[in-house]
Amino acid sequence: MSVNPDYLKEEREQEWRVVLRSQKKNKERTDLVRVHMTEVDPKIRVQSNIEVNQGLSEDDAVNEAQRCLDCPNPTCITGCPVEINIPKFIKNIERREFLEAAKVLKQTSTLPAVCGRVCPQEKQCEAQCFYTLKLKKEPVAIGYLERFAADYEQKSGKMAVPEVAPAKGIKIAIIGSGPAGLTFAGEMCKRGYDVWVFEALHEIGGVLKYGIPEFRLPNSIVDVEIDILKKMGVHFETNFVVGKTATIDDLKDEGFKGFFVGSGAGLPRFMNIPGENYIGILSSNEYLTRINLMDAANPNTDTPIISGKNVAVIGGGNTAMDSVRTAKRLGAERAMIIYRRSIEEMPARVEEIKHAQEEGIEFINLANPLEYYADEKGRVKQMKVQRMELGEPDSSGRRRPVPVEGSEYLIDVDTVVVSVGVSPNPLIPSSLPDLKMTRWQTIEVDDDKLQSSIPYIFAGGDIVRGGATVILAMGDGRKAAASMDNYIQNISK
Amino acid sequence: MNKIVKKEFFSENVVRLVIEAPRIAKARKAGHFVIIKCGETGERIPLTIAAADKDKGTIDLVIQRVGVTSRKITELEEGDYITDLVGPLGQATHVEKVGTVLACGGGVGVAPLLPIVEAMKMAGNRVVTILAARSKDLIILEDQMRQFSDELIIMTDDGSYGQKGLVTDGMESVIKNEKVDLSVVIGPAVMMKYASMVTKKYDIPTMASLNTIMVDGTGMCGACRVTVGGKVKFVCVDGPEFDAHQVDFDEMLLRLSGYKDIEKEAENKYISNKCKSR
Repeated sequence: MSVNPDYLKEEREQEWRVVLRSQKKNKERTDLVRVHMTEVDPKIRVQSNIEVNQGLSEDDAVNEAQRCLDCPNPTCITGCPVEINIPKFIKNIERREFLEAAKVLKQTSTLPAVCGRVCPQEKQCEAQCFYTLKLKKEPVAIGYLERFAADYEQKSGKMAVPEVAPAKGIKIAIIGSGPAGLTFAGEMCKRGYDVWVFEALHEIGGVLKYGIPEFRLPNSIVDVEIDILKKMGVHFETNFVVGKTATIDDLKDEGFKGFFVGSGAGLPRFMNIPGENYIGILSSNEYLTRINLMDAANPNTDTPIISGKNVAVIGGGNTAMDSVRTAKRLGAERAMIIYRRSIEEMPARVEEIKHAQEEGIEFINLANPLEYYADEKGRVKQMKVQRMELGEPDSSGRRRPVPVEGSEYLIDVDTVVVSVGVSPNPLIPSSLPDLKMTRWQTIEVDDDKLQSSIPYIFAGGDIVRGGATVILAMGDGRKAAASMDNYIQNISK
Repeated sequence: MNKIVKKEFFSENVVRLVIEAPRIAKARKAGHFVIIKCGETGERIPLTIAAADKDKGTIDLVIQRVGVTSRKITELEEGDYITDLVGPLGQATHVEKVGTVLACGGGVGVAPLLPIVEAMKMAGNRVVTILAARSKDLIILEDQMRQFSDELIIMTDDGSYGQKGLVTDGMESVIKNEKVDLSVVIGPAVMMKYASMVTKKYDIPTMASLNTIMVDGTGMCGACRVTVGGKVKFVCVDGPEFDAHQVDFDEMLLRLSGYKDIEKEAENKYISNKCKSR
């Protein structure tokens, strides 16, 4: 699926766009400086869960929108997994039609306010911007502008509910309510299907709720997007584990014609080193779930959390950054990242690393945990780490960390959060013996259609990818919806 | 939301709730558990299903008051609703005809043992059941157990009912009298530890159903991890039943104590607030 160039051209030739382009010379546009995101002062923000990025003002957004050249060949769109018509929404911001801009976003993205916050734009649309590719200048702040338009609409109270095709009377089940499932739900609902989302937890939103912290993505933002889906007619069933509460076969008997599995990469990985089961050592999934989903840091809730003064987070991804910054907010005096490569190899977003550094997070790079030690009550008190150095590049293209013999030393810790990746959740596959899996235990799908070895089952997001991003999961949801729609139309002929 | 249709006190601190949950009642097998959450600010805790009625669409849970969450649940009345209930979770018990099964339940662990005893009996086994508790008033489900057991032995620490002694004393006397092919032990971790030491001595295959701390119950968090045969396993998805002789009970006991101080403090606060509000 790719965006139709004729459609893009037609849109670009609309009178208002032509007039807008003529109002400023390209030279004037490229001379403008990229806008800065207002951020809450690090000293203040670590004392609460306040969102770090405060968003753009209307004037800032309009100024930034003027930088966009409205290119005849908008390469930025090729960098977007859900193919938002980027120039069209940005030019609507330039002419101060902010609600129109939001409408453009929602034509292809189910969760624009979420994407505007958590997408790695620097690796996607902004990496393909004319400024980046040809001018070697800072790209147009597409992500900031996306967030601006989506937030403007949320605040306006005039949320547009996308148009829904006449009801087909065909029931579709979605397993998991994370970014892949929600996107798929929106897309199928628009096509007129009777859409049911089954969620194992007691809240809708998946990783957007249990994983990503409030200071990066407030739950209220996610809830507004979910409300829209409810208004469109999507049904949500919480506390329902497909494969356990009812199997896919049970649901088929109840009339469901198609299934989309977006159950995520559930199982946390540990390192299997001595002492890893001592009290005070937990997975980032457990740590973040307690805080984000169960609100454990709030004294008025029943879920407990132990978060100490010396917190070490093992890993260098976004989840590791989320965990260590959460620890800081819970009062850690020393909140440390322990990562076996150097900062250049870290998979976390540049912005997250920058925010963490500003907040006083200590980065202990080129170090790898070997063993944990506990006090007489079994609580972790120290960890042994080994220094690493970088050798030749490995299969990921990053330089391989090699242990430095005799470099071991001890670090005092009272909480350790292990954030070294996840494995796919086996719940769905184990209830479907005929479903073909890859050797990584992800669901095997056709790359284009996202269809599994069982024709009426489609899948996307981390249960297929193993561990990726919100936006790639959303891209999968969108792609899978188009192909399931095709599949169902074909079998009903 | 699931409605409580019946509430019954087994003892001062042990309550049986019959809850409407038609899908779970239909899908559950012996050994399965549910995660339950009470109130918007409630905690998620696992409870093994004690019984189910497919036709009425209900499941039975037996809950002992040990902290804030179990207090809140046991304070609900008939007609009240459970905020969140999800299941059935975990792997079902492996049931087959092996010969003689020695089923041992300690305290409130008798509740999850009941469906296993029933299933073992239905599979054609001779079932000898031992119910153990500190004193007479803590012995539960005796009649139901008797229904599916060829022999039922009651052990109390203080001798107020049945024989005086620990569960392990009862086990020794059974094992000395007849050949036991399989043992199932469910109860407090420390009871399972010592009970499995007895069967290990006699080389009797034994399974234990572990009751660790959980958050999501679907494999996502790893809070429930235990070491079994030197490998890390998740009780929620790999269990809850494991080869008892392979389980590192000392580590499990340690991990269970992780939140004890916080929980005690929270419970005291909860009780004193309740008294004040009266």
